[in-house]
Amino acid sequence: MWVDAAVIGIKLVAVVGVLLMTVPIMVWVERRGSALIQDRLGPNRVGPAGLLQPFVDAIKLLIKENLIPAGVDKLLFVLAPTIALVVALSLFIAVPFAVDDGLELVETPIDGFIVAPDLNIGILYIFAIASLAVYSIVLAGWGSNNKYALLGGIRASAQTISYRLAMTLSVVGVIMAAGSLHLTQVVTSQSGVWLGFLPRWNFLIQPLGGIIFIVAAFAETNRLPFDLAEADSELVAGYHTEYSSMNFAAFFMSKYIHMVTSAALITVLFFGGWQIPWISLPGGWMGAGLSLGVFSAKVVFFLWLFVWVRWTLPRFRFDQLMALGWKIMLPLAVLNFLWVGVAMASGILT
Amino acid sequence: MTMKGPERPLFDVEEMEVSFGPQHPATHGVLRVQMKLDGERIVEAKPIIGYLHRGTEKLFETMTFPACIPHTDRLDYVNAAHNNQGFCVTMEKLLGISIPPRAAYLRMILAELQRLASHLVWFATHAVDIGAITPFFYTFRERDDILDLFEEYCGARLTLNCMKIGGLPFELPEGWLDRCAEFVDAFPSHIDEYETLLTTNRIWKKRTIGVGVISPEDAIDMGLTGPPLRGSGIEWDIRKVFPYDRYDEVEFDVPTGTNCDTYDRYLVRVEEMRQSTRILRQCLEKLPEGPIMAKAPKVLRSPEGMVYGSVESPKGELGYFIVATENGTEPYRCRVRPPSFVNLQSLPKMVEGSLVADLMAVIGTLDIVLGEIDR
Repeated sequence: MWVDAAVIGIKLVAVVGVLLMTVPIMVWVERRGSALIQDRLGPNRVGPAGLLQPFVDAIKLLIKENLIPAGVDKLLFVLAPTIALVVALSLFIAVPFAVDDGLELVETPIDGFIVAPDLNIGILYIFAIASLAVYSIVLAGWGSNNKYALLGGIRASAQTISYRLAMTLSVVGVIMAAGSLHLTQVVTSQSGVWLGFLPRWNFLIQPLGGIIFIVAAFAETNRLPFDLAEADSELVAGYHTEYSSMNFAAFFMSKYIHMVTSAALITVLFFGGWQIPWISLPGGWMGAGLSLGVFSAKVVFFLWLFVWVRWTLPRFRFDQLMALGWKIMLPLAVLNFLWVGVAMASGILT
Repeated sequence: MTMKGPERPLFDVEEMEVSFGPQHPATHGVLRVQMKLDGERIVEAKPIIGYLHRGTEKLFETMTFPACIPHTDRLDYVNAAHNNQGFCVTMEKLLGISIPPRAAYLRMILAELQRLASHLVWFATHAVDIGAITPFFYTFRERDDILDLFEEYCGARLTLNCMKIGGLPFELPEGWLDRCAEFVDAFPSHIDEYETLLTTNRIWKKRTIGVGVISPEDAIDMGLTGPPLRGSGIEWDIRKVFPYDRYDEVEFDVPTGTNCDTYDRYLVRVEEMRQSTRILRQCLEKLPEGPIMAKAPKVLRSPEGMVYGSVESPKGELGYFIVATENGTEPYRCRVRPPSFVNLQSLPKMVEGSLVADLMAVIGTLDIVLGEIDR
């Protein structure tokens, strides 16, 4: 019994540790990456190639005064960043990140490289928890007693409704193809080839759904071109205008953790998770390590995509995002799952 | 269903008042826009100015004519050369001085380089206002090259003080023309580079087409000049209609827009940059030898009279109206007609009824500089 708990504990500590560590690394990648795109150097003074810069920034935020302005709703003001961080951290526990065929740790089965092993409604869990994230933004906007923050909160709620329907519908195709809400089964259903030569990745079978999901992931992570809730040139800093110190850091960290989770979800749902096209993985610890590497490589690619897009595109307008969500992405998502249905019924996709 | 009693909405509808600025990242300085918002829709927008007032016009009255020139630098601080040029051109009109051709051509070179620098600042900030951050760094790279040229010529990068009444203060340093020609030859390819980021970008088009529309009639009624007027399809450029220095000797086109919106003003300005390089190339070719100062007395004494002179600054018509007394050494009164000040009054017309995000696009497209508005 206690060994089971220990195994889950180890997994939890490892996942949360890695997640929290990706934040400073991603901040560094973002700053150096944007510098690369913008023909400048970026931070390069603290540590080798500036790698320690995010840590120094974090220490700076920690020792700053945690200012709570007069006139704010204190409970909501403090609750909002907490929700943001809790939601961001609890998402990843349902994401499987490597292959496991009966590996054991101290004579106890690992039950898959996933924190919550028997979560047969993984997709549902992730979408349900992720929808809570908008509360943090809306509450922060409301509780801050600041007009810019309020506008940011309103924008976030409108934005969430607009893209989330399309996002969820685009995943319906994946669920149909896999026949399960279990994320590990979604990954295993993407092994092998389709039509004789194509890797059986959902992105190749249902590219429309994949594109819609990726676009919606940008809205999910509140990044350009959909960073309307914090649009710095319009709303100063949007919903977190009034936040400072670790309260601000909580929002900041949750944004980057959301990025990692979104990249992992894109990988799992549409890009075959840890599968390598045309090659079947070896078993045992070697297969686990290899699959972990493949999975990480795919996630890193999508993380870079997030950075790349952010520093290239202008920002959508609030009404344009809603139009995009309702008038374009939603019908296309329906079209996508119709296609999957037709393909399955006609036997193109078995 | 019919309503009984006085018709009332279900909820009380209240407009939110937002004071946008003067401390705001996107207002290009210390502009304050007092807005009434209905949700995200702007019901009323009122620009409030004066936070950067330094009494420049009053200062002019206390100093001799040449001493005024450094103060003109601070009007439109990203565009010092045109401010100098406007003041000098007006004073030369008052004093009846005609400047030597070499001085005129050098002034045109400096002015067109400054126009490029100013338009690059506009391009950068306009893009950042709409959320594209990267163009900023691309344009500032070339702007720095221009500022290097200025620094080499007169020692300053922003507040140039690079012209004198009757000509120019310095002869060019050695090799300056070659470096300038090198820059001018390379510049069109850089414009192409900036354009790849925005011109055909669908989000950029969505954010600018049909935003901040102002009809040609309204543009004329409000006294708009420069790109905001030309974007509305009216071909009006002081360099063409009232040529000063030697602009009548160079060939260039005046680009105009058709849809009167932000995107057209964007295209007009981008095309103006190309035309500026065209003027620069001709000036560099035609640059004559000779003196750089007209014969003018050491102490300038004005005849009694009033004079208005204007130049086409990157923002529009920059005019100086100078009242002088008999044998005076300083202006009795000097009124500046700053293009940004006049262009800004079209802001309410452009944004009322549109969304908050459009306000940023419109502030960007008006290309205002508060130093010149508040003076």
